[in-house]
Amino acid sequence: MATQTVATATTGQPEIHYLNHAKGLKSWLLTLDHKRIGLLYLVSVIFFFIVGGILALLVRAELFEPGQTLMSAETYNHIFTLHGAIMIFLFLIPAVPAVLGNFALPIMIGAKDVAFPRLNLASWYIFWLGALTMLVGIVTSGLDTGWTFYTPYSTMTSSGVTWVALGVFILGFSSILTGLNFIVTVHKMRAPGMTWSRLPLFVWGLYATSIVQILATPVLGITVLLLALERIMKVGIFDPALGGDPVLFQHFFWFYSHPAVYIMILPAFGVISELVGTFSRKGIFGYKFVALSSVAIAFLGFLVWGHHMYVAGQSATASTIFSLLTFLIGVPTGVKVLNWIASLYRGSIWLRTPLLYALAFLFVFPIGGFTGIALGTLGLDVPLHDTYFVVAHFHYVMVSGGLLAFLGGLHYWWPKMFGRLYNEKLAQIAALLIFVGFNVTFFPQFILGTQGMPRRYFDYVPEFTTLHQLSTVGSWILGLGLLLVAAYLLHSLFKGQPAPANPWGAGTLEWTHTGRIPSPHNFERTPVVTRGPYDYHLAEEIFGNGHGDERRTPTVTPAQGQAQH
Amino acid sequence: MAGVSEAATGHAEAHAHHPPYLQHHFVSAEQQFDAAKLGMWIFLATEILLFSGMFVAYAVYRVWHPEVFQAASKLLDWRLGGLNTLVLLASSYTVALAVHYAQLGDKKRLVQNLWLTVALAGVFMVVKYFEYSEKFHHNIFPGGNYAYEGLQLPYVGQFFSIYFVMTGIHGLHVLVGMGVLTWIALRAQRGDFSSEYYTPVEISALYWHLVDIIWIFLFPLLYLIH
Amino acid sequence: MAPEVDSLFQFWALVSTIIFIGVVGAMTYFVVRYRRRRRDEVPEPVKDKKAIELAWIVVPTILVLIVFTWGFRVFIRLYTAPPDAYEILVYGYQWYWEFEYPNGVKTTNELHVPAGQPVKLRMTSVDVIHSFYVPAFRVKQDVLPDRYSSLWFEATKPGEYIVFCTEYCGTQHSGMLAKVIVHPREEFEEWLESAGIPEDMPLAELGARLYREKACFSCHSLDGSPMVGPTFKGLYGSTRTFEDGTTAVADENYLRESILQPGAKIVQGYPNVMPASYASLSEREVAALIEFIKQQQ
Repeated sequence: MATQTVATATTGQPEIHYLNHAKGLKSWLLTLDHKRIGLLYLVSVIFFFIVGGILALLVRAELFEPGQTLMSAETYNHIFTLHGAIMIFLFLIPAVPAVLGNFALPIMIGAKDVAFPRLNLASWYIFWLGALTMLVGIVTSGLDTGWTFYTPYSTMTSSGVTWVALGVFILGFSSILTGLNFIVTVHKMRAPGMTWSRLPLFVWGLYATSIVQILATPVLGITVLLLALERIMKVGIFDPALGGDPVLFQHFFWFYSHPAVYIMILPAFGVISELVGTFSRKGIFGYKFVALSSVAIAFLGFLVWGHHMYVAGQSATASTIFSLLTFLIGVPTGVKVLNWIASLYRGSIWLRTPLLYALAFLFVFPIGGFTGIALGTLGLDVPLHDTYFVVAHFHYVMVSGGLLAFLGGLHYWWPKMFGRLYNEKLAQIAALLIFVGFNVTFFPQFILGTQGMPRRYFDYVPEFTTLHQLSTVGSWILGLGLLLVAAYLLHSLFKGQPAPANPWGAGTLEWTHTGRIPSPHNFERTPVVTRGPYDYHLAEEIFGNGHGDERRTPTVTPAQGQAQH
Repeated sequence: MAGVSEAATGHAEAHAHHPPYLQHHFVSAEQQFDAAKLGMWIFLATEILLFSGMFVAYAVYRVWHPEVFQAASKLLDWRLGGLNTLVLLASSYTVALAVHYAQLGDKKRLVQNLWLTVALAGVFMVVKYFEYSEKFHHNIFPGGNYAYEGLQLPYVGQFFSIYFVMTGIHGLHVLVGMGVLTWIALRAQRGDFSSEYYTPVEISALYWHLVDIIWIFLFPLLYLIH
Repeated sequence: MAPEVDSLFQFWALVSTIIFIGVVGAMTYFVVRYRRRRRDEVPEPVKDKKAIELAWIVVPTILVLIVFTWGFRVFIRLYTAPPDAYEILVYGYQWYWEFEYPNGVKTTNELHVPAGQPVKLRMTSVDVIHSFYVPAFRVKQDVLPDRYSSLWFEATKPGEYIVFCTEYCGTQHSGMLAKVIVHPREEFEEWLESAGIPEDMPLAELGARLYREKACFSCHSLDGSPMVGPTFKGLYGSTRTFEDGTTAVADENYLRESILQPGAKIVQGYPNVMPASYASLSEREVAALIEFIKQQQ
């Protein structure tokens, strides 16, 4: 089966695709197309990433020297809180699933759209409703509790906890509806022949993520709702002044917020699998393990929340059990890394920007993982808990999972999203800057942590100055790298070279069975799938372009697929 | 191989054969129905988890202060709670009948049963209104605002926090259910549904059963602690 | 404790570094060695190698179990104070620490301890959650309102060590610093003496007075005979059996709960008649009563 792209490209007629089939703001704001909704999310999360990023730079700038450098302690407390809350709730959680997942998931399984397109659009509006609700609290009275909202501080402070809590409650609905939509889509919308064992690993990652989203988010919802009620009508569940229990709040909070880490990391695992698969043209070693361990991690992730509370006053027995379970979840995660590395063995490795991000991930994420093992160890967590060691650890996990995987995925799907290529050389330089900047920012923080530097400190003792300054300089390099990304991507958006339909020689449906830019309904006819996503040896015809000879790239490759095999 | 024109006609033809209720991105009505039903089941799972947080809070405080819960529970009127239980059970029955008649394509009985369900939900809310206002009248408020002279014990406030939050969220769900069922009833009157297509009736009924089931748990846990 | 924590940390760091270098080394080697040379190169498809997959599930599992067991042992040592530990009360305030010694001496932001003797801190917060962290001793424990938590350490070298608050507690969180001042043993005794005539009565003395003043004696004896309520003699540290058949050891938190919420746990064979009015006792008075009860062995 050939697609229309061939015909249009050869006859020179303007193609009709999802970007140009309807025009005007209204056609975007009322769109039911999963690809357009993905782009709406893209713009939204990038906006919040910029805000969160600027806040991060301010945090690092303030810590350049001990004592007051730029702002008062109170301002600093607001800024680090907002950095955390915005990055987590408005960037990391929606970034990969809602942007890349929305764009790619339905095409990857051969569907015309997600199961509930209207619900999908509603999720995006609910996302903004939640974000604006948070903003009301932030603008009117700020937020200075840390993103964890621990009681009783959060019930006593005069900052905008109530509004932000309600905002988070609303955002939860957005997250739940996206997860629900994806699960139903994966179950019910797969094309003929798209069996579970032929699902691309990105789809598996999103599926596992969705499980966490629907199971954990409601508990966060009730927790922040109770927190808001605690402030509005003194319910006394979490506030010790009224007989409530602050440790109970921590249990409730981490019951969601630990699985939330997997909401950020599981889709990243999926992205990395796609990148490693495509650019090594090898397939993923241990596909079954990588796929099913994501689902297993999604469930196991619910049993380890107590490892955030070893020194919070929970019983030693509980801590011991949580520690043991933490190690059990650590093993499959580590094994995945080994599987990706093994996939490179005897591959045909094409070093392109998306793969660079994947390799950066494979460097950064294990550091996050190993330090996670240290923090999960009962005796080691005691001195390291709530120090910069923790700060560095979760940035190594979340920046690798959230940011590197997001950027890798964005660079990978960019040509499909917009039909244009970006400047490869600049992209590689930017990837290098980001990698170096990130490590310079956060590696010193491990050392600071082992020396005892506590987190959320506006001021610090002079011994820590050098490492803090190094970290701040790193943040500038990181910022520069991200700025460069913004520059060449914007350039590509308007002036980039046209991309062929399958510039990377990938084997999944969004590359093999759609045009340069997908049509509004993705496929003219539902594809019939006859091979696995990484069976490159069964699909040699896709390799015509996958060699990096950019002079030839504007030619459109017939997207011959498996249907006629 | 399929060229452009062929593909395009194929598409148009497919549209011509679509029943009006089949959305374009589904292959068949069956797929659409299955998807909607699975979606609703997943949504119900999230609802249960939302309440589970409150059930955990309930369990924790009851284990810590069982005697307070027993004493405080006596302030609730089990007769009104029991009446409401019967009302909700009846409404579950009528909504099940509605689905049954939708499957048979009996529009008149479908509409009747939907309105009956809405009415029963209304009765539930009226009873709830009287219960709440009686509590407020005696200064029985949640947590720190609790000020009823007749029963002063530490942690009574917590019991009523849990009572008001749980029944409050549940009541909100009843209101949402009334809205949804009203909309479904209006659509049914308009003739949107047939024995071929009654997905919205079925999934709204599923939601309504959940609202009912949650009450079945709330009633003994709050009213019937001996 | 520090050496034990540190050797575990070093073990972890060593194993992690070796594995990390192996993983990243292999990755780098593969990327260079197997880089794409021809555009239509099609490598052999991936083959399942069950033995390899199994091996790298089993080996890491064993490694993490070693780390877990080791960490568990260190943790238990960190949290089990020796019975003869010298006990000091710690109060967390926004944003300072107050320390109270057995003889009633109080200090702010300076914790004086003797070297070579286990010291146990019994801690509570007056407002929000704080966390008491002495990096040099590798100990940390959250300090919560309305309950006690504790930690212990044995300082070996005299000197000054910094204390951080590590649970975010508001504007001056980073300014909530204190010092542990470790004295040689005799010097500590001297310091304690010269820290002056205590403004407040020592805890145990105050407790004895409250026992009289609050008329505890009308229901609780000191000689072991049961009255309306259980005797105080031998109460602390004993195992209590309650009406519902459950048991608990009478520790500080149990005593505190029994004073402030008498109905919470009713000891088998006694009526639930103690008034709740003791909830109005001040923190210090509660601590004094507990101290007094502890002495009735």
